[in-house]
Amino acid sequence: MTRGGEQLTVPPADFASYYGRPVLKPPVWKYDIAGYLFTGGLAAGSALIGAGAQLTGRPALRTVGRWTALGGVAASTYLLVHDLGRPARFHHMLRVAKVTSPMSVGTWILAAFGPMAGVAAVAELAPLLPQHGVLGLARRIAPPIGNIAGLAAAATAPALATYTGVLLADTAVPSWHDAYPSLPFVFAGSALAAASGVGLIAAPAAETAPLRRLALAAAAIEFGGGHQLERQGLTSEPYTHGRSGRLVKAGRALLAVGTATALLSRRSRLLAAISGAALVASSVATRFGVFEAGRVSARDPKYTVVPQRERLAEKRSATQL
Amino acid sequence: MPHANALYGPLDPAPDAGYENPPPRMGFFTDTSVCIGCKACEVACKEWNGVPESGLDLLGMSYDNTGALTANSWRHVAFVEQPRSAGWATPAFEGDPDGPAISPVTAAVGARTSTDTGTDPGLDTGSPAAAARMSGGPEFLGMPGAQPPGRGSGAEGRTDFRWLMMSDVCKHCTHAACLDVCPTGSLFRTEFGTVVVQEDICNGCGYCISACPYGVIDQRKDDGRAWKCTLCYDRLGVGMTPACAQACPTESIQYGELDELRERAAARVAKLHERGVPEARLYGHDPNDGVGGDGAFFLLLDEPEVYGLPPDPIVTTRDLPAMWKRAGLAAMTMAVATAVAFLGRRP
Repeated sequence: MTRGGEQLTVPPADFASYYGRPVLKPPVWKYDIAGYLFTGGLAAGSALIGAGAQLTGRPALRTVGRWTALGGVAASTYLLVHDLGRPARFHHMLRVAKVTSPMSVGTWILAAFGPMAGVAAVAELAPLLPQHGVLGLARRIAPPIGNIAGLAAAATAPALATYTGVLLADTAVPSWHDAYPSLPFVFAGSALAAASGVGLIAAPAAETAPLRRLALAAAAIEFGGGHQLERQGLTSEPYTHGRSGRLVKAGRALLAVGTATALLSRRSRLLAAISGAALVASSVATRFGVFEAGRVSARDPKYTVVPQRERLAEKRSATQL
Repeated sequence: MPHANALYGPLDPAPDAGYENPPPRMGFFTDTSVCIGCKACEVACKEWNGVPESGLDLLGMSYDNTGALTANSWRHVAFVEQPRSAGWATPAFEGDPDGPAISPVTAAVGARTSTDTGTDPGLDTGSPAAAARMSGGPEFLGMPGAQPPGRGSGAEGRTDFRWLMMSDVCKHCTHAACLDVCPTGSLFRTEFGTVVVQEDICNGCGYCISACPYGVIDQRKDDGRAWKCTLCYDRLGVGMTPACAQACPTESIQYGELDELRERAAARVAKLHERGVPEARLYGHDPNDGVGGDGAFFLLLDEPEVYGLPPDPIVTTRDLPAMWKRAGLAAMTMAVATAVAFLGRRP
């Protein structure tokens, strides 16, 4: 099988099996996890935007970034807990820290990011407090605390957005595992795209110039990392065919449209909102597409048996030489 | 300091997990060449471990009505009917006119069946096209009849036939992906080198299920937790043999010290080759394989995938350092992209 070329020689699916049944157990994760991939990425990207806006004096964009980060991280925590077979035992995640378990690493990233994003967002409420008294004091100290928390959240944000690539890749699921070099980049781009999208929708036009550049960067990262998904041999198939393939393609198309529209939307509030919606939709489609592709690849024994057979044949021919 | 082979390669797992002077590594050697498909192992396992009922439907997969290893079936006897003679044996219909007796159509029907095992994902249906290939060809050989093969159709419809039976079980890998990815520490390595789920810790996150390269571990629907073979950890501790091996009437399932079992298995394969069964081969015995060798390994009479086993599994965590590197690179790219976007000139 050729790697990197345009022409892929996908072998005929002629392989032995046990009544055609899957060799692997397909992931038991529900769509909660696909939703988590989206909301977690949105939160991470928004925290970065919030910090960028904070440091460059764009208060309205900062507020949007911080609240979106809090909303995203709250939703993603809910989705993660809801997906557990025993939700009441979610805190069992906190009894160990293991680098061999991306889920454990992610739990701790989330545990660091969540409270910081929360403090940063709540600090935005300071202007609503009275000028005097104890609350007046809170009104004065909240912004600097919020600034520190906002920067701390932004410092953990890139880890939050990219560890999910490892979360999916560190499994026996063929299309996820084989995609390990690409997934963190796809998810990093997707996170920045979604967060830029929300910013373009919600922030005033005067402050969104960085988001247009960021959307362009997001597209570059996602396309740059993602084009490998179609070049990993047989296990690419779910990324290009069927429902999962359509979702991945829709994600790419929406990303291209959203980015192009964003670049043209400097003077039009409406165009900015449309581009933002396209970018958010692109992220949703990409996450659900990648999630679904993994499930498809685990369900069909072809994706498990055929590549392993080829690997064995290669090993055998190498030892015979 | 972690062992150089902590993620991949030959390793003695119990000392690596931190046990000082552990007992010898224990395991199973399942010799499928003497399995008679009695399913005593399945029953004994359920009895001893209190494993719930896993569906009582007929699946149309020969005598296999269990279907797969699930959270509610920790031993699973696979049955494969093949239109060829069984190695050393005199072909059943030698000299008679014969043709295939097992129909691709029956196998394809078997692929579509399922039963509520009470677990998730439990017993998934298969691909009928792939199943049809297992009985020797794409040819349509007529609908399956109500009578035993050959009786209705006369001797012309008969064929040489062999029946493969294999009692599958958790492999208790040297490099167990389920254990490595478990975020709660529920899955742990015992002093015997086996892998066990602590049911009071498991919160049903499901990561182990996607990580297992053999599709062994599974989740119970009613309680949400992951369950699998414990290699009868409670029995091992008091020097007893696991229930399945104890119940096996033909010593197809052998329990013992892994080193000794590996020697025994090598001798058995050599003997079978000598007796004219060239297709006998070991599976999961090699400490240099993709999972560092299995604690429960097998003697098979056909390719692993015929029994529903992966032909060349590699533990996913072998690539974990490379994965974290890629994620780190992506994270840095993301941070730099944001910085550049905000540092650009104001319009």
